[in-house]
Amino acid sequence: MPAPTQLFFPLIRNCELSRIYGTACYCHHRHLCCSSPYLAQSRLRCTPPPAYATFCRPKEGWWQHTQGRRYASTPQKFYLTPPQVNSILKANEYSFKVPEFDGKNVSSVLGFDSNQLPANAPIEDRRSAATCLQTRGMLLGVFDGHAGCACSQAVSERLFYYIAVSLLPHETLLEIENAVESGRALLPILQWHKHPNDYFSKEASKLYFNSLRTYWQELIDLNTGESTDIDVKEALINAFKRLDNDISLEAQVGDPNSFLNYLVLRVAFSGATACVAHVDGVDLHVANTGDSRAMLGVQEEDGSWSAVTLSNDHNAQNERELERLKLEHPKNEAKSVVKQDRLLGLLMPFRAFGDVKFKWSIDLQKRVIESGPDQLNDNEYTKFIPPNYYTPPYLTAEPEVTYHRLRPQDKFLVLATDGLWETMHRQDVVRIVGEYLTGMHHQQPIAVGGYKVTLGQMHGLLTERRAKMSSVFEDQNAATHLIRHAVGNNEFGTVDHERLSKMLSLPEELARMYRDDITIIVVQFNSHVVGAYQNQD
Amino acid sequence: MADYSNKLYHQLEQETGIQTGYIRTGSVFLAQTQDRLISLKRINSRLNVIGIPSEIISPKKVAELHPLLNVHDLVGAMHVPEDAVVSSADVALALASAASQNGVQIYDRTSVLHVMVKKGQVTGVETDKGQIECQYFVNCAGQWAYELGLSNEEPVSIPLHACEHFYLLTRPLETPLQSNTPTIVDADGRIYIRNWQGGILSGGFEKNPKPIFTEGKNQLEIQNLQEDWDHFEPLLSSLLRRMPDLETLEILKLVNCPETFTPDMRCIMGESPSVRGYFVLAGMNSAGLSFGGGAGRYLAEWMVHGSPSENIWELDLKRFGALQSSRTFLRHRVMEVMPLLYDLKVPRWDFQTGRQLRTSPLYDRLDAQGARWMEKHGFERPKYFVPPDKDLLALEQSKTFYKPDWFEIVESEVKCCKEAVCVIDMSSFTKFEITSTGDQALEVLQYLFSNDLDVPVGHIVHTGMLNQGGGYENDCSVARLSKRSFFMISPTDQQVHCWAWLKKHMPEDSNLLLEDVTWKYTALNLIGPRAVDVLSELSYAPMTPDHFPSLFCKEMSVGYANGIRVMSMTHTGEPGFMLYIPIEYALHVYNEVMSVGQKYGIRNAGYYALRSLRIEKFFAFWGQDLNTLTTPLECGRESRVKLEKGMDFIGRDALLQQKQNGVYKRLTMFILDDHDTDLDLWPWWGEPIYRNGQYAGKTTSSAYSYTLERHVCLGFVHNFSEDTGEEQVVTADFINRGEYEIDIAGHRFQAKAKLYPVTSLFTHKRRKEDVELSDLHGK
Repeated sequence: MPAPTQLFFPLIRNCELSRIYGTACYCHHRHLCCSSPYLAQSRLRCTPPPAYATFCRPKEGWWQHTQGRRYASTPQKFYLTPPQVNSILKANEYSFKVPEFDGKNVSSVLGFDSNQLPANAPIEDRRSAATCLQTRGMLLGVFDGHAGCACSQAVSERLFYYIAVSLLPHETLLEIENAVESGRALLPILQWHKHPNDYFSKEASKLYFNSLRTYWQELIDLNTGESTDIDVKEALINAFKRLDNDISLEAQVGDPNSFLNYLVLRVAFSGATACVAHVDGVDLHVANTGDSRAMLGVQEEDGSWSAVTLSNDHNAQNERELERLKLEHPKNEAKSVVKQDRLLGLLMPFRAFGDVKFKWSIDLQKRVIESGPDQLNDNEYTKFIPPNYYTPPYLTAEPEVTYHRLRPQDKFLVLATDGLWETMHRQDVVRIVGEYLTGMHHQQPIAVGGYKVTLGQMHGLLTERRAKMSSVFEDQNAATHLIRHAVGNNEFGTVDHERLSKMLSLPEELARMYRDDITIIVVQFNSHVVGAYQNQD
Repeated sequence: MADYSNKLYHQLEQETGIQTGYIRTGSVFLAQTQDRLISLKRINSRLNVIGIPSEIISPKKVAELHPLLNVHDLVGAMHVPEDAVVSSADVALALASAASQNGVQIYDRTSVLHVMVKKGQVTGVETDKGQIECQYFVNCAGQWAYELGLSNEEPVSIPLHACEHFYLLTRPLETPLQSNTPTIVDADGRIYIRNWQGGILSGGFEKNPKPIFTEGKNQLEIQNLQEDWDHFEPLLSSLLRRMPDLETLEILKLVNCPETFTPDMRCIMGESPSVRGYFVLAGMNSAGLSFGGGAGRYLAEWMVHGSPSENIWELDLKRFGALQSSRTFLRHRVMEVMPLLYDLKVPRWDFQTGRQLRTSPLYDRLDAQGARWMEKHGFERPKYFVPPDKDLLALEQSKTFYKPDWFEIVESEVKCCKEAVCVIDMSSFTKFEITSTGDQALEVLQYLFSNDLDVPVGHIVHTGMLNQGGGYENDCSVARLSKRSFFMISPTDQQVHCWAWLKKHMPEDSNLLLEDVTWKYTALNLIGPRAVDVLSELSYAPMTPDHFPSLFCKEMSVGYANGIRVMSMTHTGEPGFMLYIPIEYALHVYNEVMSVGQKYGIRNAGYYALRSLRIEKFFAFWGQDLNTLTTPLECGRESRVKLEKGMDFIGRDALLQQKQNGVYKRLTMFILDDHDTDLDLWPWWGEPIYRNGQYAGKTTSSAYSYTLERHVCLGFVHNFSEDTGEEQVVTADFINRGEYEIDIAGHRFQAKAKLYPVTSLFTHKRRKEDVELSDLHGK
């Protein structure tokens, strides 16, 4: 097949094409996904046994598709102009600035920038940001879906409500419950900060609300009467576990509405990782499930940047996770529970929402699938039981919570899905964002302070600072800036337009082979406020 | 004001023996552009006529005045040789010691907690060191005046807000400048430069100011009041461009010293409308030192005599209301005001921030039809309507001293007012209702107004509300709704002032009810000969002069809406009607008027058209042409004064006296003769008027008359004695016998003086041969 080879070679240099052909497989949701050990990007790999070979899409069709594209347009035409590149990069960008008159308690968060760049079609990453209205603090999270976007979508809509409810004091819960009961207007709990493309499911809203209400009713019942301070860490863990539990239950119970019934099943059978930050004053909690990451950007006294990781990846590279999995299952499974760096040889993240295939017993899975709608029954992925599946559950949504007390030198926090971290080193990420933000704000003011400085010298210095600020930074959004680097960086660590253009003009079907969905939130902290908190103590 | 300050500071040193650092250096205002030079020329001609020497000089001359200046990019400059510099701290000290010598007690390090008020009158001050009884209190707390004003039980709203202001101090130059080297103001470069202890002091008003203390004294920012060099960078660049030799000069420090700004760039003084004896002097917009002396004098006069000796309505606290006191509004507005200090101010500029605060219910409708807006007292008013085919972007940037690009747009609106019918939304006007159970309303109003208000129900009276000196405190139209209730319409910015004036003069415990109904009514002005047809079609009532004479008010139905107050008057002298519509009917009535009006060629018009119409008809407006120091007799309004109405009214004595002795100034209309509308600078206001080559006064407003095809200016003519400069009586004969010239930025144009409007304007008829097919198109 000479034609596809020509098309591919300029793009994939070291890739062994034979492997791509060999391992092409079907990943749920009419979506083609290639996975080779070299690329190793697909979150979920299913190596279909021979019996299921027919369910793999015929390769010919796929190639024809690409070929058609080639005939229609020559490769040169894929080059995008800088404005086109910008419009792609900026399509999903969103910025939020905490309003200046934020009552008396000035927020420790200045605002955040977020953005995402799809590789899957549709994108499986999700992001959320919201301010807690009944308690203090702000919630921000990135969610990386696999086997479709149903689960990540559901988690992005629901998780913050579960967290917010877990944080609410007893009286507020009572007040809300009473309001529901008597049909009064409810207290608003969250103020969402959403990009217009970030949608909420209207259909499931009622169902989701009922589950949430059951949760707070239980919280009310559990209350012992003594008003203890709510522990954020515990609240986060409870919220994660509870939501995952509700996802699982909803799928088991089903819904009389066939659309909803299919939806809850899709949510449960797909999966999502979550990395959520809760910022309240100087208290920063990061709850992580899976392999997204939270990275703190710290500015040292000399102005240089260093990265402090605030989450641990839950995957095969994490020794403690391997240890945990081995302990949770009988000794005889020690070899099979993690194979080829994947859970049961299939799943890359070791913790996730949904993915009931790794949580339910085989009986339960079969029962639900059989009673489920036809679409589910026809889907070979859902039917397929992981190999060596003896002692479920193998997977949990329980997060690992990290606490960090913010200091004035902590300038920002980057939350991002693994799509970013696998293309860029954390140190580079923090440096690029740090330089971008200081370029925008000159965080370090100049002071004459007793030195001999002439007007000319000062002028030179200032114009230099200004030039630095205005030249590179055409991006208004730190997350966009980071994506530009992640996708377009050449071997020298600078953005190469040609490369950027090539990467962005990849057809939908190929994009996933070169990169994963990337979702980034950059939260900026207000050093003055953080410093003031510190002085208070 | 600045002139008096100058004289005061000059004498201060002799009087008190305290060094004030007073040096008469003169100052030079540079122009980098022709437009700036025009603006300087305008200022120059005004300075000259009030006796402050100044001249426009060439760049070469500038270089001679100041050795360090780079003059290559200049087109000219204005030199004011008598300007001086002082040290502000020393002046303050000198003033304080002069005051102490005269028995003033000064309490240092004492903070005012609040002002004690009883029955709306100041009784004392509560400080952290105890109480002080007093009759008068002056709030001159600068940037804290706002907070202090609010600390009262009855809050006094003083709209001002601070911005950080930076200036640079350097170490001495190797060869210090002579001590009398002039101060430089390079407004295009946004900086000022003066000598300072052998070195340079230079600051400016940057484009992107940093507002501060929005939340008051306790704000976090107070600790951050530091030098911000990056912020200062544009000003530093500008300084080095102006004086390249300073490159090697060493920096001493960058001072961050917050300055206070007001919403309209003018300082705030006067008595609070709500608390008697509570005076304010604050918000000096960075000109505290130069205006301080003069402002202090006016305030002193105000406190002692009850009014200052000059018209300072523009500075009066009462021009603002509580509506300008929002912190967000102030914060945003001062960010616009501060750079404006050095921006080029062209005629008819509008503030861009703090807009769309008060709007008529028709705002969206009008906006969608191309309305361009201006703002008065927070109220959005249409200037003109851009036709759909016009380029909008170009129009928005019309910054010029010459013919503006809306000229044709307004022309077509004016034409429509003259020949067909236009509708203008005039909802911003202040509207009061005064009612009483008995005859008190009439009695009070008869005492307050100069005209006779004891007219039959349904009549409208144009009348002034005068002060003791016979000057206009307010100029309004009053409709008698019933025996015991009156409806009063005054200019938009009278809302606070007029209310305060009425309250002050109304008996306290009477059955009088005074209500501000401004917000209750939308006012539509139907102007033009066909207004009659539109209204009669909508009301099924005959509207001809026989049935509905001029200056008449009737409640009637318009469309489905009943109870619309229709008045046969227009504020411009054109035929037409004012409709006062309860706001919920506004949209309905507007839609009906527009749809029925279509066949009469109706269209929207704005205030620019209105202005052109009223000025060509010699209609003076309060706040522009009329003020507290002008009397009805001085502007040809004897007919609106009934000296013999059977009872006394405020200002009657003064008017009687004036009638006997004659007036010392007279509002006159000037028609510019040799002025080329396309090529010459347009008049604005404040242009000097010359009579037989002698300075005779200043213009107060101007507009292009599309009917006369000439510019028309209104202005007061005085008769200054050639020998002594003393003011003498002005007679009609004096006006008529003169040859007049109007000085626009140094160029004098011949003008015809008129004491009465041109009669041909009232009998305008279109000639048959001018009618064309396009006149049949719906507009």
